[in-house]
Amino acid sequence: MRSFTVLQGLAAPMDRANVDTDLIIPKQFLKSIKRSGFGPNLFDELRYLDQGEPGQDCSGRPVNEDFALNQPRYQGASVLLARENFGCGSSREHAPWALEDYGFRCLIAPSFADIFYNNCFKNGILPIELDAAIVDRLFQQMYANEGYTLTVDLERQVVVTPEGEEIPFEVDAFRKHCLINGLDDIGLTLESADAIRAFESRWQEQSPWLFGTLK
Amino acid sequence: MSGQTLYDKLWQNHLVEQRDDGSALIYIDRQLIHEVTSPQAFEGLRLAGRKPWRVDANLAVPDHNVPTLRDERVGGIAGIVDPVSRLQVQTLDDNCRDFDIMEFEINDQRQGIVHVVGPEQGATLPGMTIVCGDSHTSTHGALGALAHGIGTSEVEHVMATQCLVQQKMKNMLVRVDGSLLSGVTAKDVVLAIIGKIGTAGGTGYAIEFGGEVIRALSMEGRMTVCNMAIEAGARAGMIACDDKTIDYVRGRTYAPKGEMWERAVEAWRDLHSDDDAQFDRVVELRGEDIRPQVTWGTSPEMVLPVDGVIPDPAAAESAARREAIERALQYMGLEPGMPITGIKLDKVFIGSCTNSRIEDLRAAAAVVRGRRVADSIKLAMVVPGSGEVKEQAEAEGLDKVFTAAGLEWREPGCSMCLAMNSDKLGSGEHCASTSNRNFEGRQGFGGRTHLVSPAMAAAAAVTGHFVDVRDWQEAGQ
Repeated sequence: MRSFTVLQGLAAPMDRANVDTDLIIPKQFLKSIKRSGFGPNLFDELRYLDQGEPGQDCSGRPVNEDFALNQPRYQGASVLLARENFGCGSSREHAPWALEDYGFRCLIAPSFADIFYNNCFKNGILPIELDAAIVDRLFQQMYANEGYTLTVDLERQVVVTPEGEEIPFEVDAFRKHCLINGLDDIGLTLESADAIRAFESRWQEQSPWLFGTLK
Repeated sequence: MSGQTLYDKLWQNHLVEQRDDGSALIYIDRQLIHEVTSPQAFEGLRLAGRKPWRVDANLAVPDHNVPTLRDERVGGIAGIVDPVSRLQVQTLDDNCRDFDIMEFEINDQRQGIVHVVGPEQGATLPGMTIVCGDSHTSTHGALGALAHGIGTSEVEHVMATQCLVQQKMKNMLVRVDGSLLSGVTAKDVVLAIIGKIGTAGGTGYAIEFGGEVIRALSMEGRMTVCNMAIEAGARAGMIACDDKTIDYVRGRTYAPKGEMWERAVEAWRDLHSDDDAQFDRVVELRGEDIRPQVTWGTSPEMVLPVDGVIPDPAAAESAARREAIERALQYMGLEPGMPITGIKLDKVFIGSCTNSRIEDLRAAAAVVRGRRVADSIKLAMVVPGSGEVKEQAEAEGLDKVFTAAGLEWREPGCSMCLAMNSDKLGSGEHCASTSNRNFEGRQGFGGRTHLVSPAMAAAAAVTGHFVDVRDWQEAGQ
């Protein structure tokens, strides 16, 4: 996993509440058995005017000019400003895979859905929850200023606006540690292999019907 | 010290390690696997040279993009027309063979939607921790288990370590007391709950459903309720284990037997919240207040009783809400003030992990028996949740009831709930669907989904528009 320390990036809007993971990456693209290449189909139904199919070359597809991410001023964005309950619905990790493949490394919203939030950290994406009024202010500043760039410092846990305002955010210590160091958490968990084995043998003694039935 | 909730107990029973930073290592008893969210996890294991920690904790079944038409299904994997779907289903078979994981293959009698198959086979048991790379894993909580969806990275993590790194969630109790009116079902109860607390109402919580109405529900009904906990934002929904749960599990293929059964039942008797347990939030509904529900918008919280009218965005309490309603109405092609019963339908889908169990099919069959699907309906289909459900339904003659009424009787799978196979809506088509999500494009590009109970979907198939199944059943009798 790519590590995340300090990101300075252009901000782009996804200005609606309850954006579900079906909208982030529609189901036909979930047939892929790979974990890369989803970027061209991020927000497919909003970005294009036709219906996308897996394996298709998207460069010749009719583009929805009204969709913010298609506007020239947001090209190259790596910070996505979003609204309440971003990433709700399906647990598909293809959603963060698509966001990451497109180029987003940081998402800022008043709230995220639980499974999606968790999936982001597994893919080097930092989801930041900020008070709704602050997010709204960032939206307004971004709309008013072309080239609006935010600096996200994970170590210090602050978002810095172009005016130099520092907005603190919360992040779980374990997830922060993994993200800063780009750690594969399977390796970390396996450091506790002895504890897992000890638990397992105790649990098997207590609940033997849970073991050995499916094989 | 106050008592424990059911969630507290399940968490405590599976706690391997509590860490100083607030995270915890939780042991997972069962991982269910399907073809869509597992290939990258198996690939990850391969790349790292890892093996599954405990092969016998896993059970796999292809469901999301298997064809449901008999002609396409008989040829097994080789018969799947879409090459991308075919490769994905084949990849599951290959991975399960390589890693020695038990799988119910595409035309195995036991194949079906993973959340129907688990409980049906006794692979889902009370007191377990259960995960699957699918958000509707919350279904299994109906058996008094801690069950929730995970992403593919965590699928790999559980395969490799038998554990998940978790933060403990907060406790919410949704209590539904009283009793349900005739014609009101588990689906209506859970839609009413989502309508009340919203799609983010359960974010950060594990929800326990309780109260007289929940206790009175069948196990199938309880699964319907827990299935949609995620639609209220909660990863996990659960219901206390009681006699009904134990009766349901008894005798199932992978349930304990003999003396082991007695030991298990004794342990399962503790799977309920203590009388003095403290919940962080309690939500209460009265069963008598719940009428048959229909979603009108593009989020499950956009739901109304069948006698309601489409809301006016001008009356919304906030600008954000007004915009959301306007966008939903535009997508759905509906006007404010229009009665729900005035929505004309094009297709009807009875199936999905929410409503494809035998009780659901019985309820739908009871409504269409001796009637005909309206001429205006282009397609009405019934997709049983598993091969076992299909066989049971056919033994009861339900398939004949459906086909005589003009509904198609299909092979088991997820089907039009998410339209990964060829079962989908055309752009602009309205569908009465017993599934769980009415998101934009969910059932097909431009498709318009209305979530309802099986009885409501069946009645809508006959009339071509929504009707209050209560009046209609009375009038028809």
